[in-house]
Amino acid sequence: MSKKIGESLLLWRKIVFLLFFLVVFIFSGLSFYRSRHLAEPIVLGDGVSRVVRLSDYFSGVKNSINNARVYVLGQDEDGGSVLILGGSHAEEPAGRLAAWILVENALVKKGRMFVIPTANPSASTSTRPGGAYPPDYSIKTPWGEQKFRQGDRWSNPLDQWPDPEVYIHYPTRQQLAYMDIRNHNRTWPGRPNGTMTEKTCYAMTQLIIKEKIDLVIDLHEAELQYPVISTIVAHQKGQDIAALASMMISSEEGFNIGVEYSPTALRGLSHREIGDHTQAIPLLLETPEPFLDATRGRTNRELLLTGKDEFVMKAGKHGLLFEKLDEKGWPIEVRVGRHLSSIIQILKVWSELNPDRPVDLEGVPHYRDLVQNGVGFYLKDPSKAPSDRVFYE
Amino acid sequence: MSSIINFLYYLMAAFFSVCFLVNFRKSKKWQEELVYLLALLPFLLRVFHLK
Repeated sequence: MSKKIGESLLLWRKIVFLLFFLVVFIFSGLSFYRSRHLAEPIVLGDGVSRVVRLSDYFSGVKNSINNARVYVLGQDEDGGSVLILGGSHAEEPAGRLAAWILVENALVKKGRMFVIPTANPSASTSTRPGGAYPPDYSIKTPWGEQKFRQGDRWSNPLDQWPDPEVYIHYPTRQQLAYMDIRNHNRTWPGRPNGTMTEKTCYAMTQLIIKEKIDLVIDLHEAELQYPVISTIVAHQKGQDIAALASMMISSEEGFNIGVEYSPTALRGLSHREIGDHTQAIPLLLETPEPFLDATRGRTNRELLLTGKDEFVMKAGKHGLLFEKLDEKGWPIEVRVGRHLSSIIQILKVWSELNPDRPVDLEGVPHYRDLVQNGVGFYLKDPSKAPSDRVFYE
Repeated sequence: MSSIINFLYYLMAAFFSVCFLVNFRKSKKWQEELVYLLALLPFLLRVFHLK
């Protein structure tokens, strides 16, 4: 009799434990699923002539999450062509938001502009819970709030795993950190039979070659304790453009930006490999993002969007920062505005130096406009747009 | 090759999930049962492509 009672108790205990487990599993699973599948609406502006996929340039990414959308603005094939990459590192939101504003607002009168707002879609579906990253953030707009995925630096391990002991870069065979095999900005120029991230870069390299892209602008953000910050990183082919654009930005846009030369010994980066393996001139833009600094305090949405952090400021007082940080922080509108004004000036300089292949851009807000009106002012309301002009990233 | 390794990794995660569940069923100590379920959680999240 007592044995039966004991067995019954054991059974009930297991049932209770299993129910508890199921509640935790469903709750966490739903949370992760919603975060990974959050749909971000992007409204096609009047300047968008067509939307294609990366698989149109390389079929190897067709069934992959990284079959990113490419928004094409302008149709003048006689002019120059520029490719803008946002979200190479998805946890650097200024790049994605700047690309978003271009798709929704820009008009390309001469030449063509290709915009990929989410260059590594897989990385945008993963965050760093160990680093206390929030899963998403919202931008206030005149019509409500628009939510974006926070993302991470590396492709989601759900899509590419496991990592090797050492990542050997193709084709140089340089040894890099193991996790950088999932880093979109360490896998250029990519390879057709490589990992998902390498295939993504390969597809973009094919796009650059097939569309005869002249300029590639890769939008990034950096921690303030990193020396490559508030700068244009230029391949040697683009040194003149970067230097001239830097001067124009300082005199016309109201902020300063430096120029760094792409090191020849550091492989896999867009500003090195695109220049070495294609006809295009690659430039990489960095804005300051205190959210990424190792000495930051609470890692929340507020820090991401305001760039205010007392601990990073304290590091600055000890001379540990390569960019200033005060009580004003580095708000998202300042960072996005810097990217947009830099793009405007780079294209101006390009068009002046190459009058036979100009890229003439209109309708893009400048740094001062962003500082005055905020980012949300330039995001379009998807509920008011025709359904065939709304896409989801 | 990397796709095959990735697929094998999912198979491995599924195998360990089954092992944890079998051990959970066999165990008679409540501490062990809890440990098996806690250990199962990340494996199952991976198998279902959630985390």
